[in-house]
Amino acid sequence: MIEGATGPWEAVIGLEVHAQVVSKAKLFSGAATDFGAEPNSQVSLVDAAFPGMLPVINRFCVELAVKTGLGLEAEIRLESVFDRKNYFYPDLPPGYQISQYQQPVVGRGKLTLDMSDGTVREIGITRVHLEQDAGKSLHDQHPSLSYVDLNRAGIALMEIVSEPDLRSAEEAGLYLRKLRSILRYLGTCDGNMEEGSLRCDCNVSMRRPGEPYGTRCEIKNLNSVRYVMQAIEYEGRRQIEILEKGGAIEQQTRLFDVARGITRSMRSKEEAHDYRYFPDPDLLPLVLDPGWVARLRAELPELPDAKKARFVSQYGLSPDDAGVLVAEKETALFFERVATGRDPKAAAHWIMGDLFGALNRFGIGIEASPVSAEQLGALIDLIADGTLSSRLAKDVFAEMVATRAHPASIVEAKGLRQVTDQGEIAAAIDAVLAANSDKFAEYRAGRDKLYGFFVGQIMRATAGKANPALVNRLLKEKLAQ
Amino acid sequence: MSDPSLLALTLAEARDGLARKSFSARELTAAYNDAVSEIEPLNAYITPTPERALEMAGAADRRLAKGNALPLDGIPIAVKDLYCTKGVLTTAASHILDRFCPPYESTVTEKLWHSGAVMLGKTNLDEFAMGSSSTTSFYGPVESPWRRPGDNRPLVPGGSSGGSAAAVAARAAVAATGTDTGGSIRQPASYCGIVGLKPTYGRCSRWGVVAFASSLDHPGPMTRTVRDAAIMLHAMAGHDPRDSTSAPLPVPDFEAALTGDIRGLRVGIPKEYRAEGMSAEIEAIWQQGANWLQGAGADPVEISLPMTKYALPTYYIIAPAEASSNLARYDGVRFGLRVEGDSLDEMYELTRAAGFGPEVRRRILVGTYVLSAGYYDDYYLKAQRVRSLIARDFAAAFERVDCILAPTAPSAAFAIGENSDDPIAMYLNDVFTVPSSLAGLPAISVPAGLSRDGLPVGLQIIGRAFDEETVLRIAYVLESAAQFRQVPSFVAGDRR
Amino acid sequence: MARIATLARIKLPEAEWEPLANELARILTWMEQLNEVDTSGIAPMTSVAAARLPMREDRVTEGGGREEILANAPRTARGFFVVPKVVE
Repeated sequence: MIEGATGPWEAVIGLEVHAQVVSKAKLFSGAATDFGAEPNSQVSLVDAAFPGMLPVINRFCVELAVKTGLGLEAEIRLESVFDRKNYFYPDLPPGYQISQYQQPVVGRGKLTLDMSDGTVREIGITRVHLEQDAGKSLHDQHPSLSYVDLNRAGIALMEIVSEPDLRSAEEAGLYLRKLRSILRYLGTCDGNMEEGSLRCDCNVSMRRPGEPYGTRCEIKNLNSVRYVMQAIEYEGRRQIEILEKGGAIEQQTRLFDVARGITRSMRSKEEAHDYRYFPDPDLLPLVLDPGWVARLRAELPELPDAKKARFVSQYGLSPDDAGVLVAEKETALFFERVATGRDPKAAAHWIMGDLFGALNRFGIGIEASPVSAEQLGALIDLIADGTLSSRLAKDVFAEMVATRAHPASIVEAKGLRQVTDQGEIAAAIDAVLAANSDKFAEYRAGRDKLYGFFVGQIMRATAGKANPALVNRLLKEKLAQ
Repeated sequence: MSDPSLLALTLAEARDGLARKSFSARELTAAYNDAVSEIEPLNAYITPTPERALEMAGAADRRLAKGNALPLDGIPIAVKDLYCTKGVLTTAASHILDRFCPPYESTVTEKLWHSGAVMLGKTNLDEFAMGSSSTTSFYGPVESPWRRPGDNRPLVPGGSSGGSAAAVAARAAVAATGTDTGGSIRQPASYCGIVGLKPTYGRCSRWGVVAFASSLDHPGPMTRTVRDAAIMLHAMAGHDPRDSTSAPLPVPDFEAALTGDIRGLRVGIPKEYRAEGMSAEIEAIWQQGANWLQGAGADPVEISLPMTKYALPTYYIIAPAEASSNLARYDGVRFGLRVEGDSLDEMYELTRAAGFGPEVRRRILVGTYVLSAGYYDDYYLKAQRVRSLIARDFAAAFERVDCILAPTAPSAAFAIGENSDDPIAMYLNDVFTVPSSLAGLPAISVPAGLSRDGLPVGLQIIGRAFDEETVLRIAYVLESAAQFRQVPSFVAGDRR
Repeated sequence: MARIATLARIKLPEAEWEPLANELARILTWMEQLNEVDTSGIAPMTSVAAARLPMREDRVTEGGGREEILANAPRTARGFFVVPKVVE
């Protein structure tokens, strides 16, 4: 809810996410899909719409769209149809985009958001369909010309459309992160927003709570979660301002100006688009075998929600910690490798603390972690068997990050093994008390606070390696004598 | 000097002559190269390829000499300029494909070359195959080699495959490829006194054929005899994984179907065709055809195809709708003509205005209209529903009969310039060919007689889907009975 | 007429609008005879071919021929197709 000058407003947000399918070849041609290739070097005659060229669909793209539908608990439609969406644009060589308009391959589904207050919210998925990406027009290369690169033209996209169930920029952000996580678990989209593998159009309108939907504006082509949230925030404020002045929202397509943090109307004239959809006569209806769909369903990996629930029940983690650990498939896998046969909470603690800290410093993901799951496990083992104190372990971990060495060899090489020999510790206590006989006398006279000083001196004398519990027990015995 | 007597041979005869080494492929091709030059006044070819033809003939001769000849080795054929041919100008008879040189070969022509056929050149047509007269070409109209006796006005060869029909009829190609969307193989075959076969939709690949209306475009052969059509179809047909609508079926030995025996086959005579503006002379030839087939032991049966009268408007909604989308790719960006403008849209609009002729423009506009918001349901969707009913008509008929006999066109050829100011009158030419196009059924036109003013008239045999064998078998008997021997007034080799 | 011509990106001289509009109106009226046909409950024909949509394996088999793709283009620069500037 947003408080305006004249009362509260509620945002109504629906997202259309374009997720690039992780196929090697395009949706209807055999050209490659690699990112960052030389312009027009991954273009087939079909992609460039040469006369007489015909589309043939890529089975793998269909498979991944169906898997995505299954991952969103959606209805899989055994018969779907590819339509032509007709419009002229230089990066759309045939003058039409092959898409699914009336009969998408995936129908209604849902996605669950974990809200910050611990509640969950279900967001409806309207549909998922397969369509072709367009090429890329570069407008900044020449004062009066645009340059066209068709490498992207024809790449398979899944358009994932949500119901207008989202109510704030924060929810939109949660939705996108969750969707990205599910797609990556499924392995259907790499979720790489910088490379444009995941792009988002936001439909935003404002209303008074309880009233019908207002007129919406569509913000096109946002390529980061942050931009999505900023754009929605700005657009909401813009609309409220108009509405509170008694104005009306004009239905528009808008662009988000990243540099200025504002949305603006697209300058291209809003001639009422008339896409003249009709079934592509070069293709037949897409008919799926129910047995094949059932096999894909059976092969579906464990998804974030299920994994989170299992982490809570199996490992006794808090829902928050479990949520953090399952967000990325790789993190969850790493955690399970560390946690197996060990204290799961210690594993979670180390991963979410020191390891995430190190990864953030380097700006890398867990798959590139300098510390392997096996090494982190070994470190936790060294704490459990008393070889290392927690404090020493932190030093060892820092060394592991710096050198990629195994914790056992670091302990060995640096002599960091914890001192647990009672005689050795007792000797250190005696030496400290003897060297500080004045303080010892003061303590005995009632200055209890000096206890901490003695501990500090003893740890210092043992180069921090003395087992803290033993130091405490033996020191107390000595002082009590 | 080449030997003009070679030009009178059918494909089967030429094949046998080459096999017997009565003449070489180069001799045959040289004669045809001369014939191509000789019929230049007909404007049947847009791009002759004589050097390439001789090269291909040389390769065929080497195979023939070694005794490992291919089925069509050394047979000189013409290619409708709607088929993309690698490294050879491909125009679709449109200004908008100016200088377009495809870096690929259509599946059908590739199959023909792999069968040893020799390419004489690319033939003229109605622009983008839109027409029934071959007069809308950017490269000028095609003239029929036929004249009405005592009347020297040039006649249309029919269309859209008019260049191919004229070339085969005027003996400037042994055979040719055509494409049939609403009758574009059969009607010019009828007008020019040759055989034209539209196979079942999906029998011949559309890959590499410039698209007009994807759900209606059928590549097929145009030949002098039914046997030649069977031989050509065998080489052109076959499953193509690059065309999603290509049928994954084996290709039968069509020539083997020409047994001459049609006893007991039931031939449907659709009563509704009589109502559709048919002249008495056409009706007489149709009746004659039925009698011939009956004489050969077949069984004529009157059938009803009640949706017949709706086929034309259905076709003239669906075909332009698909065309309006298929022709959007001609935008001046990647190939063909470009007229510069100040803005992108101006460049598009100027390019497409200059590049498309009036009939193509008209159909793009009609197609755009019938697909546009608010009209889609009433026109396009309605037409696709009627199309289902038309297909049902045929399905019901084929429960009772083995084939259907009908006229190919409601009249013989007309003069160039006639009908041209009334698009609907022009569209009516397709009345008997369009229904089987909409249903995707195989149909062949066979010359059956002459009209009162001495012009050829064809009859068509329509068959069940993928049953070209029965169609050819009956057509072969019809051809034998009709004994059509008349020769056009202008044939190559005549005056040498 | 103007709207349809704009949708189709074909520039028509204004003098042609009216005759063409009349002609199209005639063609459309002629087409409207389809309204006589009762098509209730009849599914539109989606494909003539009765077969199933064939599918391709996910293999890279094409592309990489930039020269070939650009060779027929009226205007190119530095490996790109070139068009008048597009304003968004």
